[in-house]
Amino acid sequence: MSLDPSVLRSLIAVAAERVIASASELTALDQAIGDGDHGLNMKRGSAAVLAELDAIAAKPTGEALKAVGTTLVMKVGGASGPLYGSLFIAMGKQLGDRPASLAVLPELLAAGVTAVSARGKSTAGEKTMLDVLVPVLEAARTGGSDLGARLRKAASSAAAATVPIRATKGRAAFLGERSIGHMDPGARSSEIIIEALSHFLDG
Amino acid sequence: MSENVSLVIVSHSPDVARGTADMVRQMVGDEVKVAHCGGNPEGGLGTDVQRILHAIEQAWSPRGVAILVDLGGAETNSEMAIEMLPEDRRGRVVLCNAPIVEGAIMAATEASGGASLAEVRATAEELSPVT
Repeated sequence: MSLDPSVLRSLIAVAAERVIASASELTALDQAIGDGDHGLNMKRGSAAVLAELDAIAAKPTGEALKAVGTTLVMKVGGASGPLYGSLFIAMGKQLGDRPASLAVLPELLAAGVTAVSARGKSTAGEKTMLDVLVPVLEAARTGGSDLGARLRKAASSAAAATVPIRATKGRAAFLGERSIGHMDPGARSSEIIIEALSHFLDG
Repeated sequence: MSENVSLVIVSHSPDVARGTADMVRQMVGDEVKVAHCGGNPEGGLGTDVQRILHAIEQAWSPRGVAILVDLGGAETNSEMAIEMLPEDRRGRVVLCNAPIVEGAIMAATEASGGASLAEVRATAEELSPVT
């Protein structure tokens, strides 16, 4: 995968459109264990990214990732704004002015995971988006062929694995035992974004 | 008035934020500047980094600004806003881990006596729920 400007543009567009298309599903998940705003918040943030897509895609990849992150910070309006914003800003900073390639993907994801963890004062196992991002990072580090398919599988089984977790972070933590039995909405939105990315890795 | 630590109230609800600020003004008076914000970028329930930055600007005091928040997203967005401040201001804005209404009134009472930012935060945080 080399991420030339036109590929980056379609990757951002596909990810944003998939998140927007999943808004009702994310809202339903969040109504079960959160405050029910995750779908609308992510939709608003993604729509803002799409609205600025021309300007974002015109930037070098590192700057473009930071611009996506800043837009999400400013427009999402919930905790997921700074969380997803920090993810993309950290990836952009880590990339710097290098070209994006498959080789740097684990490094970028690692920087992103560190930033999300610091922002949310959280680690994997607490029923959050990190429960998808950390296994995806591990899968990316393993590398090898069929990377896209393997990232997709890692994200999907990791999101499903949040169902039996008792939440200890985020709004769902208030529910204690009652958070068990529901997929974490942040884990699901992360899965959606990773799935969009994975199709570009399939070549 | 600018000699005292000031307050920013951040709630998911613009009404809660305004109501909390009203209570502070009525109970503590106007020796402590209070700015408030609530609502997402579209005006619905939620919080908004830009509005928080604006409220910090409105309330700015060289003695520092204490932020009171209601729930998770308000905290995360306020932390983000603090990081986005110019470097010389960043260290003089703190988040208080306290209930929003009671914490705001305790913090404002402490601030009105000329207490430092650390003292204001400590007083508000005496109300922190045991976790």
